[in-house]
Amino acid sequence: MRYLPLTDADRGDMLARIGAASIDDLFADIPRDKRLTHLLDLPRRQGEMQVERLLGKMAARNMAAGSVPFFVGAGAYRHHVPASVDHLIQRSEFLTSYTPYQPEIAQGTLQYLFEFQTQVAELTGMEVANASMYDGSTATGEAVLMAHRVTRRRKAVLSGGLHPHYAAVVRTLSAMAEDKVETLSPDVRAQEDIIAHIDNETSCVVVQTPDVFGNLRDLTAIGEACRAKGALLIAVFTEAVSLGLVSPPGAMGADIAVGEGQSIGNGLIYGGPYVGLFTAKSKYVRQMPGRLCGETVDAEGKRGYVLTLSTREQHIRRDKATSNICTNSGLCVLAFTIHMTLLGAAGLQRLARINHANAVKLAEALSAVKGVEVLNQSFFNEFTLRLSRPASATVEALARKDVLGGVPVSRLLPKAGLDDLLIIASTEVNTDEDRAALVTALKEVL
Amino acid sequence: MLNNQGRPTSAGSAAMTEAHPTFTGNRALMQEEALIFEIGRAGTTGVDLDEPAQFKSRLGGLERKQELTLPGLTEPEAMRHYVRLSQKNYGIDTGIFPLGSCTMKHNPRLNERMARLPGFGDLHPLQPLSTVQGALELMQDLSRWLIELTGMEAVALSPKAGAHGELCGMMAIKTAIAARGESRKIVLVPESAHGTNPATAALIGFTVKTVPARPDGTVDPAVVKSLLSPDVAALMLTNPNTCGLFERDVVEIAEAVHAAGAFFYADGANFNAIAGKARPGDLGCDAMHINLHKTFSTPHGGGGPGSGPVVLSHRLARFAPVPFLRRDGEKLTLVEEVEDATGTEQPFGRLTAFHGQMGMFVRALAYMLSHGIDGVRQASEDAVLNANYVRACLADLMSLPYGNKPCMHEALFDDAWFKDTGVTTLDFAKAMIDEGYHPMTVYFPLVVHGAMLVEPTESESKASLDLFIATLRDLALAVKRGDTARFVGAPYHAPRRRLDETRAARQPVLRWTKPQPVAEAAE
Repeated sequence: MRYLPLTDADRGDMLARIGAASIDDLFADIPRDKRLTHLLDLPRRQGEMQVERLLGKMAARNMAAGSVPFFVGAGAYRHHVPASVDHLIQRSEFLTSYTPYQPEIAQGTLQYLFEFQTQVAELTGMEVANASMYDGSTATGEAVLMAHRVTRRRKAVLSGGLHPHYAAVVRTLSAMAEDKVETLSPDVRAQEDIIAHIDNETSCVVVQTPDVFGNLRDLTAIGEACRAKGALLIAVFTEAVSLGLVSPPGAMGADIAVGEGQSIGNGLIYGGPYVGLFTAKSKYVRQMPGRLCGETVDAEGKRGYVLTLSTREQHIRRDKATSNICTNSGLCVLAFTIHMTLLGAAGLQRLARINHANAVKLAEALSAVKGVEVLNQSFFNEFTLRLSRPASATVEALARKDVLGGVPVSRLLPKAGLDDLLIIASTEVNTDEDRAALVTALKEVL
Repeated sequence: MLNNQGRPTSAGSAAMTEAHPTFTGNRALMQEEALIFEIGRAGTTGVDLDEPAQFKSRLGGLERKQELTLPGLTEPEAMRHYVRLSQKNYGIDTGIFPLGSCTMKHNPRLNERMARLPGFGDLHPLQPLSTVQGALELMQDLSRWLIELTGMEAVALSPKAGAHGELCGMMAIKTAIAARGESRKIVLVPESAHGTNPATAALIGFTVKTVPARPDGTVDPAVVKSLLSPDVAALMLTNPNTCGLFERDVVEIAEAVHAAGAFFYADGANFNAIAGKARPGDLGCDAMHINLHKTFSTPHGGGGPGSGPVVLSHRLARFAPVPFLRRDGEKLTLVEEVEDATGTEQPFGRLTAFHGQMGMFVRALAYMLSHGIDGVRQASEDAVLNANYVRACLADLMSLPYGNKPCMHEALFDDAWFKDTGVTTLDFAKAMIDEGYHPMTVYFPLVVHGAMLVEPTESESKASLDLFIATLRDLALAVKRGDTARFVGAPYHAPRRRLDETRAARQPVLRWTKPQPVAEAAE
């Protein structure tokens, strides 16, 4: 077996050295009647070529995003990732290393975590960022729990513009922890009055911008209302590239800002792994979940980095920890930070402008299609359409014409009576030909 | 010492690095590397993009006004920066990485290639299901492997990591208890458990009660029975446990837990010791997460991403969270919303956006298909054999807390043998770094004083283990002879000497900030 270096001769010698008659002597603590004496009903070993053939066949049954005009968003975005990013994250020393528990031989990981934390804090306009969470949705769940710890209250208010999956994650976690959640109804046109829902029991208000329908929201007044009632404002974003062009959470009074970092450096990968960004005001740092990397010096006074403030964490505090999280998204963090470093502020801002320009062009083109209405007053690279027929059937029909044309709102909110709404995104990867193909196909299927 | 050409073959002690400081601070291949904020330049970018033509902004007045000061690097500069950083890291491909409980086995590169096929890597999670049938088929095949290997009823694939899987399993248990109209508050956790177990239970409102171990390092069924009551919701048990021992009374423990109306959660972190040899379902387990990044070798990536599917028994299967797979004739579909459940399905909710760590599913299935069930079983046996070999070859020098008897996939030593030497477990670990090894897990499990938990995995050859053992023997003998300088100041040869963790925690510096000009700072 190509991955197992021991030979039968080695195995024999080693058993002799151990003083065991057979390998099964070493498994003697497993109750005899529970030991498997035969091989389970599963395939036997195969060579690289066979495995490649098998999985290649499976992969070929899928419609790869890059093979067709592609306009799907709603929480995950297709961007161009420079070739050097994927090359660098596959360096063995990054790929095959562990959580940096021995900092003297993990300065590579620790330094990029420190650089990442700085980049994320700068991007969001927040004071402190952690070393990442699993993804944007779980980061949002953790943000709500953190707000409960900070305020010693247990009720969250969720905006109707929050991604429905994110809201479902918060509701699940809260139901289990026996905390209260109020979810406002789907707010397609960003018209809700969330401030009216803040009371003296409210621990936090969770608002997404750009929201799931693509609208940009000014959070300033919500932040002020939160402060007046002793609640925290949690700002959420699912499209990190937007921060290059739109007002960041830190400039709008967010106490905690969380989001999905996938769109910088990371592919779509059918939903994961992604990278959750988690930021806050520094006064709350000791209530933050997850790993934090900090600067220090070594025995010779040289600058170095370590994981720090770990007395918040499960491996030290056990049932008193701020979270049960153990891993972060190390390699996805690395992809994010390399891409961010290549872009720099200048590149990110230009990338964001291209995204916005492409979405504006698409919105203009689609507005001219009969049976299509663009609902948004404002947007970044994503907006919502009202169609003259159900969005779900439309998207299926578009797929048959080899166009991946957006996300029906009914897929995220099946029983909300919003069957005619379609969320559509356009990033820098779309060409004029792609947009023309969508417009043509849409005219045919509507 | 001279060879027969008369040239020196050894640099000799005068040539020690200390005597030869360099101008740059570099040591040949080991390069010092500044932060990107110190080497990058404002306005520089390593990505060529064309400025879009004039267009009418639709930002609704919410343009960013806050300055964005992130420096950029061109591609050659970026390559150098990250390659230099990588050279300060130790990985499995560098050498043996015997972190107990973490399972640092070889990461096959075929798996990386498969995960990058556009048909897997370039799929959007919300594409129409008709366009992702191959992806769903892959998830279905992975599910079949996990269910068959564990002898369980169902699997929830969406948890993002081991601790997230624990959360999933415990939520299913909490839901099942509520469905019976009960409210049980206590979760029993052995003192040797991973910290994530009590943290998970507490996160969703359970009270944790600790189960002490008996002198041989395993859980005593009599003690479990004495702690069971109508208020106990579950027992969380790692098996093999974190001392590297199989809980031999697991069946009796499971029966007692079930008889008390509670559930048996198994922490599957150590499943790699028994995969293909025994099935948790046959041992009475109700829920167990499987760390795909341990048993099925998806790369640890410097601390993630992980993946933690949870297998569920017939008692819990119907409470699995959305999304889950359903076969509809020829077609596979995903049930994505709680409202779409039918029949007996009672999903407890949703754990994450989308469907889980697809990139890790591809890698794990590639591992399974490559090994086959015969290879999986062989891997378990080799992992256990390697650990026992290390134990047997070091038992005369290093102390074993539970005696010199067979272990599973990891060998646990304590610090009793350091008594009065002035050397600690931490010092010993740091001296291993100088020898070119990543240390084993230290100070865990907490039940053993100065614990050193060695997990060689099945990826090590006998020659590699022999050199590792010889090195540890040399170090152990140095401890015993009183050569403490080799330990207390270690590491001497790593990119950094020992780092001041107290200072990092007392005066946290969690991001780079622009240094103040000297004149200003002096004011």
